[in-house]
Amino acid sequence: MLHQLSWKVGGQQGEGIESTGEIFSMAMNRLGYHLYGYRHFSSRIKGGHTNNKITVRPTQVRAIADDLDILVAFDQETIDVNYKELTEKSIILADAKFEPVKPEDSKAPLFAVPFTEIASELGTSLMKNMVAIGATSALLNLDNKVFQSVVDEIFGRKGEEVVKKNMEAIQRGHDVMSELLGERVGEWELEPADGKRRMFVIGNDAVALGALAAGSRFMAAYPITPASEIMEYMIKKLPQFGGAVIQTEDEIAAATMAIGANYGGVRAFTASAGPGLSLMMESIGLSGMTEQPLVIFDTQRGGPSTGLPTKQEQSDLMAMFYGTHGEIPKVVIAPSTIEEAFFDTIQAFNIAEELQLPVIVLTDLQLALGKQTADPFDYSKIEIRRGKIVESELPEPENKDYFKRFENTDDGISPRVFPGTPNGIHHVTGVEHDETGKPNEAPGNRHIQMDKRFRKLDFLNFDTPVYVNAPHEEADVLLVGFNSTRGAIEEVQERLGAEGVKVNHAHIRLLFPFPAAEVAPLVAGAKKIVVVENNKTGQLANILKMNVGGHDKVASITKYDGTPFLPRELETKVKELLD
Amino acid sequence: MATFKDFRNSVKPNWCPGCGDFSVQAAIQRAAANVGIEPHELAVVAGIGCSGRIAGYINSYGFHGIHGRALPLAQGLKMANRDLNVIASGGDGDGFAIGMGHTVHAIRRNLDITYVVMDNQIYGLTKGQTSPRSAQGFITKSTPGGAIEPSLKPLEVALSSGATFVAQGFSTDIKELTALIEAGIQHKGFSFINVFSPCVTYNKVNTYDWFKEHLTKLSDVEDYDSSDRDLAMRTVMEKEGLVTGIIYQDKETPSYQEKLSGYAAEPLVEADLSLSESDFEALVKEFM
Repeated sequence: MLHQLSWKVGGQQGEGIESTGEIFSMAMNRLGYHLYGYRHFSSRIKGGHTNNKITVRPTQVRAIADDLDILVAFDQETIDVNYKELTEKSIILADAKFEPVKPEDSKAPLFAVPFTEIASELGTSLMKNMVAIGATSALLNLDNKVFQSVVDEIFGRKGEEVVKKNMEAIQRGHDVMSELLGERVGEWELEPADGKRRMFVIGNDAVALGALAAGSRFMAAYPITPASEIMEYMIKKLPQFGGAVIQTEDEIAAATMAIGANYGGVRAFTASAGPGLSLMMESIGLSGMTEQPLVIFDTQRGGPSTGLPTKQEQSDLMAMFYGTHGEIPKVVIAPSTIEEAFFDTIQAFNIAEELQLPVIVLTDLQLALGKQTADPFDYSKIEIRRGKIVESELPEPENKDYFKRFENTDDGISPRVFPGTPNGIHHVTGVEHDETGKPNEAPGNRHIQMDKRFRKLDFLNFDTPVYVNAPHEEADVLLVGFNSTRGAIEEVQERLGAEGVKVNHAHIRLLFPFPAAEVAPLVAGAKKIVVVENNKTGQLANILKMNVGGHDKVASITKYDGTPFLPRELETKVKELLD
Repeated sequence: MATFKDFRNSVKPNWCPGCGDFSVQAAIQRAAANVGIEPHELAVVAGIGCSGRIAGYINSYGFHGIHGRALPLAQGLKMANRDLNVIASGGDGDGFAIGMGHTVHAIRRNLDITYVVMDNQIYGLTKGQTSPRSAQGFITKSTPGGAIEPSLKPLEVALSSGATFVAQGFSTDIKELTALIEAGIQHKGFSFINVFSPCVTYNKVNTYDWFKEHLTKLSDVEDYDSSDRDLAMRTVMEKEGLVTGIIYQDKETPSYQEKLSGYAAEPLVEADLSLSESDFEALVKEFM
């Protein structure tokens, strides 16, 4: 029995590849398996090779498998592009319709299965996906009943006949595959799972649900890959809770509108990716200068400019660290798991209001779009904190004096009143201002307000700024990463650990202000520091050196070809650095 | 009930003596009092430039934002609090150059806010460069040989972008201007009001006298019907945009917020933030 299975389906974009993966995954989730998905797609609607690779096992998984056990191909390109991931123990299932050819050096055998033919016999070639799922089911020795509830859920609306036909397609696929395989049936059977159903989500859904749970009731956004799912979820859900989404004319309007709504007293946000974040730089500055809360999600993709819009990268780090002209306090958060994505979103809204500043939640394409299982979020852990909002009635001011909205307090945090509040009138401006918000360019006032704004960061209340798994007091190596490299690093830590190498792991969850106090002892306690990141210039490594030091022992492993790290390639590179 | 004096504060404007913006400020203060709102029920959101400072010169909530972004800020604010009276304001550079994209889309969107543009056909605060509203041939620091590009036509743009309220005023006629702003505040949708507000320092062509000589009051035009969009467009084109009054008003089309489905009737700012446990569990289940 296998402990882990890696399954991939590929074909032309728009051919139902996505839903094939979805149906297979849902069934496996229902059996209690953990799943981690990886989508390969292009920036076009129809056509172009796309594939969906799913790693399945009975225990937690957060990394893409190194190899491929089963490749389901709906065209020759899928075979040609992907066969190198296959081993001697793998298998290719290809639709007989396109007369598939096994590449000469393919280690895995190819089975031509009449996916389309069987589907057509049942009434429509569209069901070829279901036949392929049935064939997969035979390889895994699954009971086809597993698919019944999934098929009910997906096709139930279309009537009993459609459900029946789809189940029949699965059965036929199972039967024909069993016949073709002979005694190899069940060779890919997985160790049994716990039967516990989990959430099966993409990071974008996790942050969107987080925003809803955090009490956000307004979003303004402009469509962009790979962030749009966040907006689409909010468009579906916000009206159920009285809220709304505006699809704006551009990202400048999106971020600025979110500031306007926050000024009005509503938790509002926007979500985008690199090109959108470039346009939002002035808003980030306005939010910082006017002390209006603002939450922005940056789902990183390949840059610069239009770059690699549908590919993995982690290269916005420096831009988010430094972005906007002049100096403002801000907070940058980088969750690395589905659970963190959800709870860090809630943290982001809390911090934005408590400290009255912009909070950027950085994710990356693999976390944003890679579908994975996660335990259901714990409702009792949702906490909403709004900071210094004036709840009591305000006294009438003398001589129409403004309310001191930017009062120079000990913690730098001033009381907030929302427009519409009697006796709370004040002015807000991006120009340097005094405690009441009136423009004031005097040098003394400048110091007071600048220091006050930055002082707020000393009162940041962030839960778990670094994920640490450091079993060794004196480690041979400390692996450092952020966002979706978490799973690959975890695997490498385990593998090298089994070989006797002492590996510690720190995953940075709060990027700015950098948690130097938490990271410094880990750096001190390791002979070598290896920073793993999906960019060219080693941005996190530089930030680490800048904040913690350790220049003589910090090394970088970078990857910027648009694909996430696979555990084995990372393992090889870490070993090279340790030799 | 508040009078226009209640909308005055102690801040002394830094506009040049004789600037048209003083009258726009006074007209907004009068209009606010006339429609019967209190100072705390009004928010003035402004852009950057001489005109942008207006947010700090009126005793109301005021937000002086970024160049060109008064409208997105104002719309976000209105979404947060639909009971608040929101006036966005700025100059012709703010609304028709750097913020033109927002202007057209705010007009299309038709949120219930009022937008007052102080149009002086010049960049004043940066000391005299051409504006999208400068006439062709207009000599400025940035167009020493005279402006080559034709002047932007805000009224035509507004009418062709689906505006439900288009008006134009002149800052010396405070009475008419006050009435226009009042009508704008009361209009249920986006009200666009362009105001000729002469720059006495950098624009020696489009002066008070020049406007007096060239402007036509629509109230003096026989049979003018502001509910007739075709007539409005024809009139504006014939008079080359040099008219004052309510040019067009569509009282039937509901505002953006009225059209939104699911959007709460109570201001969002008053909504309870937390989801109930059963709602939350149901949302989580959708992913299982």
